[in-house]
Amino acid sequence: MSKLNLQQKLALLSDAAKYDASCASSGTTRRSSAGGKGIGSTEGSGICHAYAPDGRCISLLKILMTNFCIYDCAYCINRVSSNVERARFSVEEVVSLTIEFYRRNYIEGLFLSSGIIKSPDQTMSDMVRIARELRETHDFRGYIHLKTIPDASPELIEEAGLLADRLSMNIELPTDVGIKNYAPEKNPDEIRRAMGNVRMRKESATPTHRGRPAPKFAPAGQSTQMIVGADGANDATILQSATRLYSSYKLKRVYYSAFSPIPDSAAKLPLIKPPLMREHRLYQADWLMRFYGYNADEIAPAGDAGMLDLDIDPKLAWALAHREVFPVDVNRAGRDMLLRVPGFGTKSVSRILAARRNGTLGYDDLRRMGALVKKAQPFIVTRDWRPGAMTDAANLRALFAPPPEQLTLL
Amino acid sequence: MTYAVPLPRLGTFDAWRDAARRLASHGVNGSQIEWRMAGDAPSLFDEAAALPPPTEFPLNVPRDFPALARQVCASRTAGAFSLLYDLLIRVADRPKLLTNRADPSVQRAEEIAKNIRRDMHKMKAFLRFREVGSAGSERRRFVSWFEPDHRIEENIAGFFTRRFADMDWAIITPEVTTRFENGTLSQIAQHSERPDLSDETEELWRTYYANIFNPARLKIKAMQAEMPKKYWKNLPEADLIPGLIAQAEARTLAMAAAAPSIAPVGAARITQRLHDTQVETAPVRDALQSCTRCPLAATATQAVAGEGPALAALMIVGEQPGDFEDLAGRPFVGPAGQAFDALAIEAGLDRSAAYVTNAVKHFKFQPRGKRRIHQSPNASEVQHCRWWLTREIAEVQPALMLALGATAALALTGDGSKITARRGTVERGLDGRPVLITYHPAFLLRQQGDAERTKQTALMRADLALAAEMLAQIESI
Repeated sequence: MSKLNLQQKLALLSDAAKYDASCASSGTTRRSSAGGKGIGSTEGSGICHAYAPDGRCISLLKILMTNFCIYDCAYCINRVSSNVERARFSVEEVVSLTIEFYRRNYIEGLFLSSGIIKSPDQTMSDMVRIARELRETHDFRGYIHLKTIPDASPELIEEAGLLADRLSMNIELPTDVGIKNYAPEKNPDEIRRAMGNVRMRKESATPTHRGRPAPKFAPAGQSTQMIVGADGANDATILQSATRLYSSYKLKRVYYSAFSPIPDSAAKLPLIKPPLMREHRLYQADWLMRFYGYNADEIAPAGDAGMLDLDIDPKLAWALAHREVFPVDVNRAGRDMLLRVPGFGTKSVSRILAARRNGTLGYDDLRRMGALVKKAQPFIVTRDWRPGAMTDAANLRALFAPPPEQLTLL
Repeated sequence: MTYAVPLPRLGTFDAWRDAARRLASHGVNGSQIEWRMAGDAPSLFDEAAALPPPTEFPLNVPRDFPALARQVCASRTAGAFSLLYDLLIRVADRPKLLTNRADPSVQRAEEIAKNIRRDMHKMKAFLRFREVGSAGSERRRFVSWFEPDHRIEENIAGFFTRRFADMDWAIITPEVTTRFENGTLSQIAQHSERPDLSDETEELWRTYYANIFNPARLKIKAMQAEMPKKYWKNLPEADLIPGLIAQAEARTLAMAAAAPSIAPVGAARITQRLHDTQVETAPVRDALQSCTRCPLAATATQAVAGEGPALAALMIVGEQPGDFEDLAGRPFVGPAGQAFDALAIEAGLDRSAAYVTNAVKHFKFQPRGKRRIHQSPNASEVQHCRWWLTREIAEVQPALMLALGATAALALTGDGSKITARRGTVERGLDGRPVLITYHPAFLLRQQGDAERTKQTALMRADLALAAEMLAQIESI
């Protein structure tokens, strides 16, 4: 094997990292280098410095430390049985790429992941070394996201959490059976325990004996990713699993990644077009659970096939199935009911609640406030609007669903 | 009378504020004012009066107004300054006005401000520095060219000084040049043309951009919605986009057409070695950890085994691990466990000498947003888990068992009936051992009202004292 140069390694190890959906750089502590010491800042909201033609944001330098891996996860391009070309960055190479990209305003920071080499501890300690080098030698104050190896030693996770803004561990598949089938070397119990440890560590932060606040442990929290469409799990199962993860480990985000065909794929996986619409609906459902007060079983009842409607969004689907609670009087209803009106987002609901103290609201007022009134109109009553029979009309769904389309091949 | 107010290209907001204060305090109507940005076409008004003198009256505005005004003042939207002035007049007597998004002027001003924030956000995102520094100088030097839609240079300079403090840089826009040198920021309004710049690191960035793209997920519209074409000419990576799009379908089809390959030599050996070590290092408690007798195992973090001295005279049995026990992997360490410990000390019961465990080893809960709501295990779960409890009893051989609550009582005696009538009594366990029945400590935590809680706590304390007394008797035999 000829020696690879930096550019060749970067090509291989960024290609290997693209199946991780997370690129968030938000929600951490505010830091700055004003005053001339160090480099970098974080100011609450994340910044997407570029978008690839796959529509995904590029906010972080998302790379693998190495794509050598001793695990054999069927869905992964880096599994031991894959013929992909292998490479490995040195600590200095990752550090220098991060800093040089950062100085040119290409990125918000680093998202470092890795294949498992030799042992979990060995891999994790190399990753921690990169983060330490960035923070201590270069006084880097930008964002760092470290993928943690579940069975690495607690001391390494501790150090990782003190250096990084976010830690993540991918649960990969929504059921333990799925993990057993497709990622036989991964242990779902171990992953859950590790997430539990991160949550406990975050909650146990106590001030130092001098009364200074404790150093923040993973201030941007932890996240995970589930692959959608590789195994047979339905949407209800996926959302139940996500709810459990949110409530058990206080995750900031669960990412859903439509299974995407990889070069040199394993025989047991479907080489399908990635189910992007399904992924999109799952994200919408996830939002409804986190910000709109819906439960997983309301959005995807386990009863039927347990799948979300691909033609209309899950909030509209719920409203169409529960017309007895509509129309909602915009001038009287409480926040929780307004949040259930299709076309009203969290922002428009807050604006409605603030504005109606100044007088009753009409249809045009809602439009001005940024509500999608066309979508909302069958479900609301305002000063000057009543939907009449529209709410219960049999053809209401047809108004919103896209016309049937001829299917295309891959 | 009409007034023409000249506004400078830099310091726009401050100039607008000073003039607006004076005019507003003299009750000047907005239609009498022409706000004129430096470099704009000459006045519509033939004759303009000088600004009235400042008055002593302070002009009170709600706290959100200055921030909004600063943003609106950066806008190139026609009429933005007048809109802001009208709003200023109205907001002075109606401090809540800005919260009313149904008001057309408020809405319009917020919309303009939103566009400014978007313009600023895109500048933070899509500005690219190119290195120009000569070797040898202490601080590295970078230059960038950017064409914002609005006059946001002043509003945004702080972001770059907070972020790139240890290097010298210049941001050149068609109208303003911003320099940051040796820690000092300076801005001048001057016309500039796009400089011709390049940087070797751009090749690496382009490599990254091309490879992080997943051709199987082409979503061109989503990309362009966030990164409109007008920004492309200054992005070093943007000229790759047409090629990446053009090849995407062929690359995806090629992946699908490729047959699964044969694993490289050695892969099987690595997998085998890994499996061997994973089996070797599996701890003994994995027997309980891998239990799937009931469905609770799949949702809990881990099974929580009992702990305590191997041959304890007393075995304390609770219901099931709680939220905290589930994470920690140890019994009786959460709020209920702590309440129990406190009560045990008061009653003279030595908890550390007892073996503590639960009737059910996995946490049963219902997710509610960010919290897990405890659910009592049902009879079938208790029955399935009794297998483990029986094993623990057989190993520890306790002389007395203390059942905390109905679930523990059910597991130990087979009788799950109401606990209020049974507490404080000793029943016979399924294997003949004495079982003293009392409340679960969480029951005390749930009591409403101090009187009731004190009463029930006293009862439970008495039960624990009884347990201590019985133990003393057993040991004296």
